[in-house]
Amino acid sequence: MSRAGERGELSRERLVWMYEQMLRIREFEERVKRTFEEQPGVMRGHTHLADGAEASIVGSIATLGPSDQFLTTYRCHGYPLVRGTDPKAMMAEIYGRRDGLCKGIGGSMHLTDVATGFMGTSGIVAAGIPHATGVAWAAQIRKQGQVVLCFFGDGASKQGAFFESLNIASLWKLPIVFVMENNGYNVHTRTEQEDANRANGEDLSVKAKAFSMPGVTIDGRDPIAVYETVGAAVDRARADDGPTLVESQMYRLSAHGNIIAPPGVPLHFPEHEAIEKFGAPEEYEAAKRGDPVPAFRGRLVGDGTLSAEEADRIAESVRREMQQAVSFALDSPFPEVETALEYVYA
Amino acid sequence: MAHELPYIAAIDEAIRLEMERDETVLYFGQNMATTENEPYVDAFGKDRVRVTPISETAEIGIAIGAALAGYRPVVELYMAEFMLVAMDQVINEAPRFRAMSGGQVKVPLVLKAGYGFTAGWAGQHTGTISALFMGVPGLKVAVPSTAADAKGLMATAIRDDNPVVYLHNYLLTLEHGEVPDGEYLVPFGEAAVRREGGDVTIVATGWTVDRALEAATRLAADGIEAEVIDPRTLAPLDTQTILESVERTGHLVVVDQATRHASAASVIAAEVAEHGFSSLKAPIVLVTALDATMPYSEPLEQFVLPSEDKIVAAVRQVLGTAPVTA
Repeated sequence: MSRAGERGELSRERLVWMYEQMLRIREFEERVKRTFEEQPGVMRGHTHLADGAEASIVGSIATLGPSDQFLTTYRCHGYPLVRGTDPKAMMAEIYGRRDGLCKGIGGSMHLTDVATGFMGTSGIVAAGIPHATGVAWAAQIRKQGQVVLCFFGDGASKQGAFFESLNIASLWKLPIVFVMENNGYNVHTRTEQEDANRANGEDLSVKAKAFSMPGVTIDGRDPIAVYETVGAAVDRARADDGPTLVESQMYRLSAHGNIIAPPGVPLHFPEHEAIEKFGAPEEYEAAKRGDPVPAFRGRLVGDGTLSAEEADRIAESVRREMQQAVSFALDSPFPEVETALEYVYA
Repeated sequence: MAHELPYIAAIDEAIRLEMERDETVLYFGQNMATTENEPYVDAFGKDRVRVTPISETAEIGIAIGAALAGYRPVVELYMAEFMLVAMDQVINEAPRFRAMSGGQVKVPLVLKAGYGFTAGWAGQHTGTISALFMGVPGLKVAVPSTAADAKGLMATAIRDDNPVVYLHNYLLTLEHGEVPDGEYLVPFGEAAVRREGGDVTIVATGWTVDRALEAATRLAADGIEAEVIDPRTLAPLDTQTILESVERTGHLVVVDQATRHASAASVIAAEVAEHGFSSLKAPIVLVTALDATMPYSEPLEQFVLPSEDKIVAAVRQVLGTAPVTA
């Protein structure tokens, strides 16, 4: 179970670390979601959660070296947590506070932490794919062996930006791995309703064929499978052998985002689209049974990698950490209003 | 020392000098660098100079990524309208990242594109769309009208730490002018007074600057002295120089190759109406393209465009010296 392809075996310590990171993402997102009920009015606009994507995020980010870089979608809270960004600064950003990671200007959809190689987040579907491709071009010119991970959703793979960027990335043999997180839905639309490959029973990774690059579909709920596959693609990119498209299949466990409502209407997370829109609670329940976080705990405890007591201790420490993040963010003052004009131009 | 160059070659000189000076400057786009012996490839190599597919969204998006990662890309886009297929990247990506990151990143890039090719290019390759960009916080917009400015504004654009839309007017491509040798920078946000005069202020950009100067020469024959101001950059916009001129002349005509409500002229008129109202002795008059899809047929194209005649008439109108017509 600790086999990890050519990268060698994952140590017990690393496996436990991966589990801890998955839990940290889950707990962070739970606290973001709870804020709508516990602190009404603190969060504004639109917030998107990564519950269900933890295994894919951790398995992917775990493959990166210290100088590697990545860009994500607006569903962006998970990656920086794994990469070492302070959850206090992240929560303060999501609450629009002065101590926020982006000084309260970016918000939930635009987290950025250049210090850890997290180069930016576009909130426009697929718009970040060419950005990541450009970061990879810079890495190719710099010749220091950096690799770029580009995260996007299944919905983005129908945008022109996706096709244009993957074509150039393959043409130029850029050191980049395209990680498509297929969570089954583009907002409220099921993949088979908007994707010709899926509608014809094919995996979305077949799109790679159009760009003459490898395409592979994996179970994105298995962090080790993700680590092995993305790791192999990262190694390939680092060896100047070009990009790979990885379709990481998962199920989003929350709705697309909180409700969209005008000011004054209290915000909350609705039920998942499978229940609320498609009347298919059994689909959602099945997905819950495949929840990657308890599944990975069960696997590690089951094979003796982790004791139940140790797993409980990790969970308790993660709960404390995220409680501190919430308290810190609530205590952080609003930014001075003039800072709205401070970062318009460099 | 200076030398004479066509406008388009002056731009090229600036890019070459900046690429020699700073190895982080990249230059790429469609239909360039396709052979080993092209001068840019020969001088700077294929890491820094590349041909792209016809993929404006990716071209501009890749420039943003390279800029985030520490480079200074110049994207050769040829026609301003080609940016329209990638407007998200131009308007809603490049100028947003610095602010959204709380100042963590900067996005130094240049989008180089020609515009205003009203020489029979008909409906889709003739637009003057500069005003689309001037109101976007985070973007800068340069619109050179002389060979010297073409060089100096390009050099400044490449060194600027922000995304710059650099728009060269296609009608000026082969216009020759004296260009300073070596390093030459024209600061952004400093208008040039092309002609001094005390009776009326004419603000014009790009190709319309020479039309305004010709009109001023004709008006001078009748004893009317026009001051002609070329803002040179639309963002930042040097409203101060315009307001100071209007304070002296009391009259303002604004010329623009764009259609009226999509023109920089309407923004300039609004600034003067708000901040220079007490100086004005007559209403401001705009001379813009007529609201039409640019026609192919030459007399129709001429009818739609601003012209020397229209500028002369507008000046006479604001000065109250227009000949009485039926």
